[in-house]
Amino acid sequence: MQTVSASASLTSNYAPGSLLSVNQLPVADVSAILSETARVASLAHAERTAILRGRTIALLFYESSTRTRTSFELAAKSLGATTTLVSDKSSSIEKGESLKDTGLTLRALGAECIILRHSSSGAPYVLARETGLPVLNAGDGMHEHPSQALLDLRTILTRLQGAAKAAAVNERSLDGVTVTITGDIFHSRVARSNAMLLPRLGARVLLCGPPRLLPEDALGLGPRIEIERDFDRALVQSQVVMMLRIQKERLSGMELNLADYIGRYQLNGERLLTYAPSALVLHPGPMIRGLEISDDVADGPQSAIEEQVTHGLATRSALLARALNAGSFKGSNK
Amino acid sequence: MSDILILNGRLIDPANQTDAHRDLLLRGGRVAAVEAPGQLGSVQAAKTIDAAGLIVAPGLVDVHVHLREPGQTYKETITTGTAAAAAGGYTSVVAMPNTVPVNDTVEKLQWMLDDERGSVIKLFAMPAATIGSMGERLTDFEALRRQGAVGFTDDGKPVLEDHIMRAALIAAARAEVPVSQHAEDTRLTGGCSMNAGPMAFRLGLRGMPVEAEARIVERDIQLLREIERSEGLRPHLHVQHVSTARAIHEIQQAKREGLHVTCEIAPHHFALNEEAVGEYNTHAKMNPPLRAEEDRLQMIRALVDGVADCIATDHAPHAVFEKKQEFERAPNGITGLETALGLALRVLHRERGVSLTRIVELMSTTPATIPSLAGRGSLGVGHYADVVVFDATEEWAFRVDDSRSKSRNTPFDGSPMLGKVRYTICEGRIVYQE
Repeated sequence: MQTVSASASLTSNYAPGSLLSVNQLPVADVSAILSETARVASLAHAERTAILRGRTIALLFYESSTRTRTSFELAAKSLGATTTLVSDKSSSIEKGESLKDTGLTLRALGAECIILRHSSSGAPYVLARETGLPVLNAGDGMHEHPSQALLDLRTILTRLQGAAKAAAVNERSLDGVTVTITGDIFHSRVARSNAMLLPRLGARVLLCGPPRLLPEDALGLGPRIEIERDFDRALVQSQVVMMLRIQKERLSGMELNLADYIGRYQLNGERLLTYAPSALVLHPGPMIRGLEISDDVADGPQSAIEEQVTHGLATRSALLARALNAGSFKGSNK
Repeated sequence: MSDILILNGRLIDPANQTDAHRDLLLRGGRVAAVEAPGQLGSVQAAKTIDAAGLIVAPGLVDVHVHLREPGQTYKETITTGTAAAAAGGYTSVVAMPNTVPVNDTVEKLQWMLDDERGSVIKLFAMPAATIGSMGERLTDFEALRRQGAVGFTDDGKPVLEDHIMRAALIAAARAEVPVSQHAEDTRLTGGCSMNAGPMAFRLGLRGMPVEAEARIVERDIQLLREIERSEGLRPHLHVQHVSTARAIHEIQQAKREGLHVTCEIAPHHFALNEEAVGEYNTHAKMNPPLRAEEDRLQMIRALVDGVADCIATDHAPHAVFEKKQEFERAPNGITGLETALGLALRVLHRERGVSLTRIVELMSTTPATIPSLAGRGSLGVGHYADVVVFDATEEWAFRVDDSRSKSRNTPFDGSPMLGKVRYTICEGRIVYQE
């Protein structure tokens, strides 16, 4: 409608190869990323390190991170790229430099791609617009964590359908698969990215959690998303269950009775055996053992938590090749 | 100043129930004559404007602008802000007090209204209701009123404490001016940067609930009721930038009850909804935020049916570097003085069939009465020669690079507008000419 269109969409202002939101990826692009992920994972060391040899990638981290930062850094290095890490705690960011200026500085130093982790939703859009560089969103506030959703997808496909089926997808690849995401949905960028990506490949997503952590507004994320507040009822229907951490740092005054929460929503051995004895268990980390997940489940045979981390490395390698127009993406960027 | 004749125009002056072809003579800063076409043929004037095919109306009045002076002149100055106003057809604006320092004393008010500031049009001001707009102690309403205050407000923030708001309403009633309230229960909006709802959820932004606005409006109306009963006073509450159907409903009830409540609606709240936030467009970030489509439609209905009294821009300039930030960090507000008439004519007049008379009423006649700007908002003989002459049919696109404001923060760059200002005349001086 004319009256509500403000300035024209800014989508064209992002460099090709940027990944700011899973919604920017048509299914064909998701498939191409999976295919490149599988290919990179199978390459010998020498071939792999040739992919981004001589290229420079900056990691810009405004929030603490273990696995995402290390994963992106190792992924870049495994492809032969030079990396530099800038974190808010040890840089001019502490002196008040703006995101735009930090980005322009990194660009002037030769960065060809910036991987950004930021506590503010939408920050990667600012960086991508202002630098014109491909930007990979490594988690922005409560908004999205697209590389996590892609590695979760690869993990699900590999475990449910075998490695051979994890190298390509279409709109029906996850037909008949129900994925339950349980916990602090409101504060979770992982939940948002997965809930917006997986249904486009045929999955049904059940969101589970108390109203404070899972408002009805979540249904607006997209089609084939439902809310099921009873965890046991959700589990019975699920082939995949993804557990989320309570994000204490983002609760901002919200009160939560942890004992009650554990009673209703913890994934423990007994609950899993009773309601979902063959479901795949995922967790994006960091886990708080004894809170949202019990030891026996985290370390048990249904858990793919470590595999997620391994798949993350390969998936992020593919995203970097894509961002820098390399690997099988060479010459494919419009 | 020299005489100006405006001939052959269609005069729309709701205060005098006029919508007819009339010729005007402006002399000595006042309207000297309003006559049927041809009657002023023998008058010699230094300047004659042929307004054939154009609308002649009382100059527009904006009861809610931020001119950023003193203290933030990198965003706007009184000169640049009022030049933008003149280009938008405005001849009177009311400056909000959230300058640096806050306009909360007679000295600061005098400084702001001094001719040396270089206002291009007539400048009025609403000083702070509380010292420093801290919400704790009232400013000196009587003294400020004597120096020209046309109302009191802590705009940008609400007057949150019940007893302070009660005291402010009583003091303002005695001074016979309104308290202009930014209705936001800030206890519900901490960390929020857009409207609450599915869109905010998807963007991972904390949302301002509708209740945050409605609750303060309800509370203030309750205070009016209680003060009328116990004090025998009749305070005037003016609700700023109403954005929700809930608040409109409360205001409608209060008006039916006979309480003295007026309200304003900003052009962006009838022209845009929250979808304009798009991919974290900080030019769609303001407070109150752009709301859901149902709310937008309700704002239009309120402007049509009279529940809303006027259109006010909440012109809020910010520098480019301030808006080119993370969405949650970027300041609230957009410029609005040069796009208000073009949006009102396009969205309300053409798309919704609102009459030109009603548009003039919403943008001049009524806003002049809310803070009692004597002699403004009407073109009766003897009133100030504050006139806007515009072509109500010209379609154009607003270009931010052409703006007279010092700032560029608008979501309407490139947007279609209807109706182009040809002349703005303030107290008999041409202050803008296309």
